[in-house]
Amino acid sequence: MAIPRFWREIPSRYNLIGTKCGNCGAVDFPPREVCPACGRKSVGKMTRHRLSGRGTVVTYAVIHDAPSQFEMQKPYVVAIVEMEEGVRITSQLIDVDAADVRIGMSVQTAFRKLGQEGDAGVIHYGYKFRPVGPPAAGAP
Amino acid sequence: MRDVAIIGVGETEFGELWDRSFRDLGIEAGLKAIQDAKVTAEEIDAVYVGNMSAGKFIDQEHVSALVADYAGLADMHLPAVRVEGGGACGAVALLQARMAIASGRHDIVVVGGAEKMTDVGDVQAAEILAGTADQEWESVFGATFAGLFAMMARRHMHEYGTTREQLAAVAVKNHRHGALNPNAQFRREITLETVLQAPMVAEPLGLFDCAPLSDGAAAVVLCAMEKARRYTDTPIRIAGSGQASDFLALHDRRDLTTMDATIAARTRALKEAKVEPRDIQVAEVHDNFTITEILAIEDLGFVEKGKGGPATVEGLTALNGKISVNTSGGLKARGQPVGATGVAQAVEIVQQLRGEAGKRQVAGATRGLTHTLGGTGATAVVHVYQRGD
Repeated sequence: MAIPRFWREIPSRYNLIGTKCGNCGAVDFPPREVCPACGRKSVGKMTRHRLSGRGTVVTYAVIHDAPSQFEMQKPYVVAIVEMEEGVRITSQLIDVDAADVRIGMSVQTAFRKLGQEGDAGVIHYGYKFRPVGPPAAGAP
Repeated sequence: MRDVAIIGVGETEFGELWDRSFRDLGIEAGLKAIQDAKVTAEEIDAVYVGNMSAGKFIDQEHVSALVADYAGLADMHLPAVRVEGGGACGAVALLQARMAIASGRHDIVVVGGAEKMTDVGDVQAAEILAGTADQEWESVFGATFAGLFAMMARRHMHEYGTTREQLAAVAVKNHRHGALNPNAQFRREITLETVLQAPMVAEPLGLFDCAPLSDGAAAVVLCAMEKARRYTDTPIRIAGSGQASDFLALHDRRDLTTMDATIAARTRALKEAKVEPRDIQVAEVHDNFTITEILAIEDLGFVEKGKGGPATVEGLTALNGKISVNTSGGLKARGQPVGATGVAQAVEIVQQLRGEAGKRQVAGATRGLTHTLGGTGATAVVHVYQRGD
């Protein structure tokens, strides 16, 4: 992956910068120019919004067949997490045994290495999720 | 808008065809379809080619001109169009060709679909397939293509109590159908235990929950209905078509266990054809993973939402069941040369409606349907087919 391709997404990958619609208040991640719910009414009204990093697991999978750059990590867990702000995002779930992962589990983002360019190239960083506390009440 | 019919079909064997190149496959399917339609080269107005990623699989772009050229049509200088829509490219190509004839622009169009996937290793091939998901916000974070479908499966299990055994029943059924299809990649029946004991790919999906990587091609000849009877006594009319898109990334969708694009495409296609799901006797649906067929039969309206697993176990979707689903073996057993899929599905439905499906013939089939997905459901295409007589 070319360095600029990763570098230009750093605000979102490092600091969870998304957008909030000035029309309906919905939060999107990654940033959008147009709110999917409001369309034209949202143009020019999308402001930067940083996610809290807290959310709950909506679904997950345990990856056994992995692309070459994830070879050393397998098996690993990926999850779709519904963030406090309502938006859902996908990443790895770490610091937990696959057998202990549950839908509804509370998680928090953690800053981690995502990958690197070959053996000696640039390292990419971003968010993963790790568990926090017991499952939230009324989880999705 | 003019009615459009399929007057010829052709397909290659599907499988790991080490001795066959992309052009060998595309040309074999195309020539078979043209011979079946009994049209001459001079009568063909255009060529449409569904292909997902020849650039990555065989380093060859511009396959539209390549296919027209090696089909012996270079001197005709026909318009040749490549169509890409993830796994749905063949079905999108069919829709584009149908519209080109319906509009009056063309009378006879050849639609091909082809993919040559085994010239790269299987890890690389899986990465190429994952290119139809969101590279920046799914793949980079370790979500493989199988992993994304596994997350749909996990959620379907959570919401509806679907079991691994019910998912496995899809694979068992489609292998049973594939065993009756001489062109299928897998022509052997498998047991439930084989599926359940297979190594895991992305839990809860194992190896036998996944369609294979394949080489293969399929083609159909489309003709304006008003001229179709010059070529065949059994023109198969495309009675309705629908295409729809959705959020690219799975996590952005309204519901992880419903493909809204499938529902939108189905609604459009059935409305145009003026039929209900119960009017369809035979369907080829997208089953790149077992969970995908469960979602498809639910979202197409063949079974109630959440009941796809039990319906499969009960045999409602088996050959000559309530509705015969994936009589070809589906992507699971016939094989999954991505660009060919949508066209190969049409070939199977045409053979069924003509009564030429041999051992896997659905008794009395007069109306069929194809359902094809791109990515994890960001594109869906549905076509409805009907005997023209």
